[in-house]
Amino acid sequence: MSVLPLRLTDLPLRQPAYVDLIDWAALTPSEGQRLREFGLCEGASVEALHHGGFLGKGPIACKVGRMTIAMRRAHAAAITVRTGPETPGSELGA
Amino acid sequence: MSGLPLVALVGNPNAGKSALFNALTGARQKLGNYPGVTVERKAGRLSLSDGRPVELVDLPGTYSLDPTSPDEQVTRDVILGKQDGEKRPDALVVVVDASNLDNHLRFALELIALGLPTVVALNMVDLATRDGLELDANILSRELGVPVISTVAVRKRGLDHLRQELDGLMNGAPAPYTKGPAADFDTVRSEARRIARAAIVRETPSRRLTAAVDRVLLHPVIGFIILLALLFVMFQAVFSWASAPADMLEGWVTALGEAVTNTLPPGIVHDFLLQGVVGGVGAVIVFLPQILILFFFILMLEATGYMARAAFIMDALMARVGLSGRAFIPLLSSFACAVPGIMATRTISDPKDRLTTILIAPLMTCSARLPVYGLIISAFIPARDVGPGIGLQGLVMFLLYVFGVVGALIAAWVLRLTVTKGQSSGFLMEMPKYQWPRPQDLLIGLWQRAVIFLKRAGTIILFTNIVLWVLMSFPKAPDGVRQSEYSIAGRIAGGIHLLVEPIGFNRDISLALLPSMAAREVAVSAIATVYAIDAEDDVEALDKGLGERLQGRWSLATALAFLAWFVFAPQCISTIAVTRRETAGWKWTGFMIGYLFVLAYVAAGVTYWAAVAMGLG
Ligand SMILES: Nc1nc2c(ncn2[C@@H]2O[C@H](COP(=O)(O)OP(=O)(O)OP(=O)(O)O)[C@@H](O)[C@H]2O)c(=O)[nH]1
Ligand SMILES: [Mg+2]
Repeated sequence: MSVLPLRLTDLPLRQPAYVDLIDWAALTPSEGQRLREFGLCEGASVEALHHGGFLGKGPIACKVGRMTIAMRRAHAAAITVRTGPETPGSELGA
Repeated sequence: MSGLPLVALVGNPNAGKSALFNALTGARQKLGNYPGVTVERKAGRLSLSDGRPVELVDLPGTYSLDPTSPDEQVTRDVILGKQDGEKRPDALVVVVDASNLDNHLRFALELIALGLPTVVALNMVDLATRDGLELDANILSRELGVPVISTVAVRKRGLDHLRQELDGLMNGAPAPYTKGPAADFDTVRSEARRIARAAIVRETPSRRLTAAVDRVLLHPVIGFIILLALLFVMFQAVFSWASAPADMLEGWVTALGEAVTNTLPPGIVHDFLLQGVVGGVGAVIVFLPQILILFFFILMLEATGYMARAAFIMDALMARVGLSGRAFIPLLSSFACAVPGIMATRTISDPKDRLTTILIAPLMTCSARLPVYGLIISAFIPARDVGPGIGLQGLVMFLLYVFGVVGALIAAWVLRLTVTKGQSSGFLMEMPKYQWPRPQDLLIGLWQRAVIFLKRAGTIILFTNIVLWVLMSFPKAPDGVRQSEYSIAGRIAGGIHLLVEPIGFNRDISLALLPSMAAREVAVSAIATVYAIDAEDDVEALDKGLGERLQGRWSLATALAFLAWFVFAPQCISTIAVTRRETAGWKWTGFMIGYLFVLAYVAAGVTYWAAVAMGLG
């Protein structure tokens, strides 16, 4: 059921996916901390909901668990996801 | 500091801590449906069932005890007992959002592990139900090892139960059992998820209202147009909805003035009441309806959850000037008043970002400037429609606000390239679920604003105006000389006039500039007082409205220059004081006053010269 990994920025809207990998090194420590506090971690389910951006590329709103969060594209580009409902065999995911 | 037992409300942002605080203590803390509403510690008192008082503190929301911004730092310091002069709380009320349990439980577990007596308020169960979730508080309580009470803070549900549990805690119920040293982040998170899943008894798929609405409101183009349209309607409404109640208030003020004239013998007391009090303060009070309409819109934006959407929509634009969408929330709040706006910048983690936002917040047109805009616009801009449902006066008002916003963005851009240079920070924000505000909450909010405004009118505005009246009334001018010029105030204004004459300001304006720093509305009451004093014996002049009198004495160019000045105007004392506190010193405060002064002068000058060149002088 899982397919090739892709960046969260490229994930089609409203398509269930789960986090495959997060490139923590591409984020500042406090951004990384905040994303973690939002519940983003390997295996968490995500769904891109809206792409913003008037006058330039805007942020992305996505669902993580039951929460909707907004992040810049630069953050989303550091997150690799796979489509599918949730990690096979993991107790994570919403 | 009191010797009472101390209980702290703590939890994730937007969990409903302040709503619970208000319900338990009867306080009226500000609520809003977006993260980062509360930015400082607020204390209140609560009585236990045996009548013993307890001190309850409401804290800023935070995601963990590792703060990333100044408001979160406050929470950490209070919880860990590191706040100066404050003892550590004796117990915690951990507030979690039932509709977002797995995320909120992680922080709850972190707090429970501190080992303080704790009770968990499982708040917003109504929203969880709306989302099709049914939770079992008993399972949650068993898993967490602390009492868990279901609450709906805004409907005051579950409060008695919560109070009972607090009784228990205060009467020495055992502190929670903690499993040794704090576990690492990932372990706690897995644990939180496991517990959340165990507590969910039923989960039915629900309509995703919020996501559906967001498809429109967050749409790249439509969303932006809606945001602009919203602000446009807001300022149109300020003019069109307010005219009837404002006329009524004006009628009352006039009647009060006549009553003074009819009952008191001519003399100094009569003049004082008529010119200094009724005329001056009355000229400000007639703007109450406009201010309430503005606040109605701001309260709606805050309560529905739209604030976070506005931040989302504006992020791309804000990024271009070196800020983030986050900063747009304090800026929107500054439409009400720059003081809470500047306080709200505490939610911004990057210090340079935050400083820049503080420096530009005063450029957002605050509600105290409304009377000034309102007076000049209604005197000089004809009340006609320029399109279907679009009044010219409302349009000019909107443009003045836009002028302020654009000025703020340009200022931010320049500041970020020069004095507050630094890495541009990111934008990471939680988007709350939409809620429809309850009418009674809106009414209470408006009532509070009305009381604040009238108090302001009755204290600082009245006081400043009385001082001004005295300075304007003495010494008495000989015949043929204007009292407002001959008096002490007139002579001081004469000095100021030399400075501002080049940008088209007349003596009336010069006189109003200095006292308007106490409160901006004083610009209006001061001008009203000048005219009342000068018109002393001229009954006909007294019968005219303030606007009409202005038309006779000011050119359009002067009026426009005055408006331009007030877009940037030097800041009021409260703004200066809060800036000094939030930037911890005079350096940036002085810088802010200086650059805004220069901007105001240049803007007024350019406006005046351009208007004169177009033949409006
Ligand atoms: N439906 C519902 N709404 C609630 C409840 N409690 C609070 N709210 C609303 O949720 C929003 C957030 O409430 P606040 O009390 O401001 O939240 P807070 O935890 O103090 O938030 P911060 O100060 O930002 O940390 C407000 O719009 C409240 O009216 C509840 O039990 N049910
Ligand atoms: Mg709060």
